[in-house]
Amino acid sequence: MHPAIRVQNLGKSYRLGVTHAGSLRDLVNRSAARLFSRKQSSRHDRHPGDSARTDHDGLFWALRDVSFEIAPGEVVGVIGKNGAGKSTLLKVMSRITLPDEGRAEMRGRVASLLEVGTGFHPELTGRENIFLNGAILGMTKSEIRRRFDEIVAFSEIDRFIDTPAKRYSSGMYVRLAFAVAAHLDPEILIVDEVLAVGDLDFQVKCFKKIKAVATGGKTVLLVSHNIAAVQQLCKRAILLANGSVYATGCVENVLRHYVATSTLEGQIGGPQGSRPKWAAPWINSIRMTTSTGVLTSTFQLGDDLGIEFDFQQPECKAISRPVMGVVIKNATGAVVGAVNTRMSAQTTFRSSAQAGTFHCRLIAPPLLQGTYMADVWLGDGAENIDCIEDAIDFQILPSDVYGTGRVPFAEMGCIFLNALWEFNDNAAGSGTSL
Amino acid sequence: MKTELANPVTVRNKASASDPSEAAVPDSDSVAIRVIEPARGWIKLNLGELWRYRDLFMLLIWRDVAARYRQSVVGYGWAVIKPVLSTVIFTFIFGKVAGLPSDGVPYPIFSLAALLPWMFFSGALAGITSSVVGSGGLLSKVYFPRLILPLVSVAAGLAELGIQALILGCFMLWYRIAPGWPLALAPVFILMAVVTALGFGFWLTALNVKYRDVGMALPFFLQALMWMCPIVYSSRMVPEKWRGLYGLNPMVGVIEGFRWSILGGAPPDWGMMFVSFSVVAALFVGGLYYFRKVEMTFADVI
Repeated sequence: MHPAIRVQNLGKSYRLGVTHAGSLRDLVNRSAARLFSRKQSSRHDRHPGDSARTDHDGLFWALRDVSFEIAPGEVVGVIGKNGAGKSTLLKVMSRITLPDEGRAEMRGRVASLLEVGTGFHPELTGRENIFLNGAILGMTKSEIRRRFDEIVAFSEIDRFIDTPAKRYSSGMYVRLAFAVAAHLDPEILIVDEVLAVGDLDFQVKCFKKIKAVATGGKTVLLVSHNIAAVQQLCKRAILLANGSVYATGCVENVLRHYVATSTLEGQIGGPQGSRPKWAAPWINSIRMTTSTGVLTSTFQLGDDLGIEFDFQQPECKAISRPVMGVVIKNATGAVVGAVNTRMSAQTTFRSSAQAGTFHCRLIAPPLLQGTYMADVWLGDGAENIDCIEDAIDFQILPSDVYGTGRVPFAEMGCIFLNALWEFNDNAAGSGTSL
Repeated sequence: MKTELANPVTVRNKASASDPSEAAVPDSDSVAIRVIEPARGWIKLNLGELWRYRDLFMLLIWRDVAARYRQSVVGYGWAVIKPVLSTVIFTFIFGKVAGLPSDGVPYPIFSLAALLPWMFFSGALAGITSSVVGSGGLLSKVYFPRLILPLVSVAAGLAELGIQALILGCFMLWYRIAPGWPLALAPVFILMAVVTALGFGFWLTALNVKYRDVGMALPFFLQALMWMCPIVYSSRMVPEKWRGLYGLNPMVGVIEGFRWSILGGAPPDWGMMFVSFSVVAALFVGGLYYFRKVEMTFADVI
């Protein structure tokens, strides 16, 4: 039996500093720099961990020596941190860019889905966009015509099908886009984390559709941040780290590795994310810990979440009544919950220093499995000082939180609920247990 | 450190001699095999692949044509207004005020017959040059032969040219000018304009991906080129000894030829035409090769 996908020693490199579109002036500058001082080009845009991926020619290997096979009908998830090479792998497999080494072979009709709604034109109507988007995704006109009614029915926008897409709400827009994508019928599907879109009802519908595809005998390569989704859809997974395959095998084992590596690396160093305009850059490092103080970015359902940050006042004003706030958002950016010391702390913290560390321990937040982000906020009394949006992201892994041997489903929403149950049998004569 | 937990990757020799070409072969009987490999050696033109993407090609043309004037009151009327107004202005300034000769035909129709191929060319070239950069969203998310993008821009321009040809017909009726047998050659000169636009366009759009300066310089380049074309004046005003040099501008051959095919009269200077055609051919072949060579890096650079 031939594998449906066979990847051998695939590699893709980028020349650092020249991957961006440039102007002629940049070209002149670069050439001049090369003339006068060799080898000092743009070292500053590298991350510290990247040096191992940069060879002596100054090539950065986004992907190197990646090999794997996928049997027909298998659904395989590719996971890894940001920058591990997932997107590059996806782009090479989708022929958006050529590899520099190695080879990949796919047997069967391939469709790749890196985004929903690619090529949508706001001036065109829904009907016209279905045809356009379908063709862009690789469907022929007759295929689209055949599935047209299904697509419209799935998208739930049949009343507006002849309205220009620019008049659509964003929800309608993504519903239509997903509907087209969902009706691709390839033998091999390469799909990015475009999974659930739209409102909650539609997300559930999307997820069901994806699950149907995944169990319908198609070969699927699913690249995702969303560990919970990978766990539900795939039997096998590939863990990428630093551009290479770090582990491969059954999903549970690979996820264990993923958790292990992320605990190992933790999240130390300067924060990611963005500051609003008013924020003064006080916060200089953020990390998450388990209840026992171990650095991690992966938690089990129902675990306590520790969030800490260090701050340092750049000028010489001391902070007197430090206040910390935390906002938890889900992967789509919607706020799930928020808390701050002014609201929930029993005492007001006092300080006379210019630096400090804040610890926050969220006690057993009922977050369902998935990817979340946290904003952190620092204030002095009621005064805003610093805020970092999307400062840190973390994963919640599914677990047997109820102790029943059953794990809550990812499509059950955003939080899990605990309940006490009672049942009364209303059959004649035996209304109660008495 | 690499950990193999299960399903160790086995590197087997390739069992079957599969088609080594780059593209998937959508053949219903046999299995389609897609091979992805680094580019090496000479670039294949792979026109068969272009043919397989014809549905996308047609839909993209249609998108351009349909969306171009959708939120404008006059809509496709603009395709008419632009050349007619230009003709009126040219006739007044160059025909009346400057009194330029027009090879014995009324000045309005003399300039309109040149404006049509020129406006098509400049519109198409502007469209082609921005076609790749303007499709960044598509390029970084989907595979398709990138060559489709400049071709779509040209084809969308042809739709406008079709409308404008009707205007030219009306002008000819009004001035009672009956075209002779050279009319049969008009499509050839239009094809020349297409090839010229593509010849320049392949280079410019590919370079524009890397150096946005190209997009900035283009309007100026087009304006300068326009005065170097026999639009408001006749190429007969160019001294004989300079004609070969003048013909290096490929649009000279296109415009001169098109005007002759419509209005008849003395045939153009064939030596000059030959120079134009040779330049076009060289530009086109070189541009096509260059485009194909760099098209797979567009997504990395854009």
